[in-house]
Amino acid sequence: HIATSLPLPSERDHLRPRIDLIVFMIDIKSKYSLRNVEASLAYVDASFFLGKVCFLVTGVGRVNACSIDTNAVCKLGETYCSPVLFCELELEGIRVVTAQRLVRMLQICAGHIPGVSALSFVSLMRNSDDD
Amino acid sequence: ENVDPQKTAFLLRKAWTLYSVTPLYRFRRARLRDYARLLSAFIAAEKQKGLAVEVGVELDIKVTVSSLADLVGSEQDQAAVLVQLSLRSGASSRNSEDKLVWSGWFCSVYGDDLSENVPEDFTCLPLFLTHGAESYTSMVGSWFQKTFDCCFRRLAISPLNLSWMVAMWAGCQLDRAASAVELVFSVPRLSQPLDISYAIHPEDAKALWDTVQKTPGEVTQEEVDVFMDCLYAHFHRHFKIHLSAAKLVKISTAVASAHCDGIVKILHSQYLSGVLMLLTELAVSQIQ
Repeated sequence: HIATSLPLPSERDHLRPRIDLIVFMIDIKSKYSLRNVEASLAYVDASFFLGKVCFLVTGVGRVNACSIDTNAVCKLGETYCSPVLFCELELEGIRVVTAQRLVRMLQICAGHIPGVSALSFVSLMRNSDDD
Repeated sequence: ENVDPQKTAFLLRKAWTLYSVTPLYRFRRARLRDYARLLSAFIAAEKQKGLAVEVGVELDIKVTVSSLADLVGSEQDQAAVLVQLSLRSGASSRNSEDKLVWSGWFCSVYGDDLSENVPEDFTCLPLFLTHGAESYTSMVGSWFQKTFDCCFRRLAISPLNLSWMVAMWAGCQLDRAASAVELVFSVPRLSQPLDISYAIHPEDAKALWDTVQKTPGEVTQEEVDVFMDCLYAHFHRHFKIHLSAAKLVKISTAVASAHCDGIVKILHSQYLSGVLMLLTELAVSQIQ
């Protein structure tokens, strides 16, 4: 399911399947996309931030068109205990790899991989901070 | 600012194309006259090869290479180096004036981040600015690359860096009446390209920056963000357009103007050092 912002319209709540993973997409060329994501985060229930949220920064191939401070995005990831992935959608190879990563994360969040749950993402992030 | 305005007058009000340059190996300041001779011979040889600027016209290019001690920031900065190409007029050596056709200068203003870490024998002048035909730029660049084993790259300016520039320069105190602060945005993904020009009265822009900046002399990313967000919000209130989703391509203030393709015009000598310091920093981060 793709939405341009949150909250999702309430009319379709009863038809909507369970949400296992939220990927917030930030376009490095658009300050607006970052502000939009920041505003939408307020509508996400706290339980999602236990490994079911991730930030995907796109357009990183074009450093010269950068409108966003990447430190701010990394801080956002730290604040919300969620991983930040960087990718370039215009390159097919990277697009495919990124999609595979997201699907893998989704499988874990949906509980399809025995022995690993979404909470693993949170503890992985904590470990890198302690180093 | 102890910069001699006469010596630096040639910098003002010209559109300079920006490059980053890696450190020059075994550049000797005592040999500037030699370098001028060698570069002149190189250009003459290139023209003989058929790469002449104007075909069929006998042109004699005179090269001067000089040092500009005024354009430095810290004690570690090397003095700037200016290269000028002039057309020698006429076949005889009559005293009619030579016509300046191309200028380029290397400089470093507070480029300590780079110069601290290079071995001896290397001269750090990371910022290169050119004005004149691209063919001359290419010849001068080739000669420097071959002679000093350095590497030139065009310096593009991202929208993020342009927003730093407009925030800092709009906040500069100027004696005379200043021109408007202008931001030009390009709107992506339309069938017809659309440019939006947003002009702000310089006093309003300065007043806004003064309320945002907490410590005089210091600028943070948060302060630049607040400044830009105010401008975006104001525009959205009136026109219902989110400029933050468009690409900032050019900014213009009374101090200087800058285009994302790496073209800068310095309009006021008072803040020359500050402008060059910012550009040096961009050049150094492109090199590293």
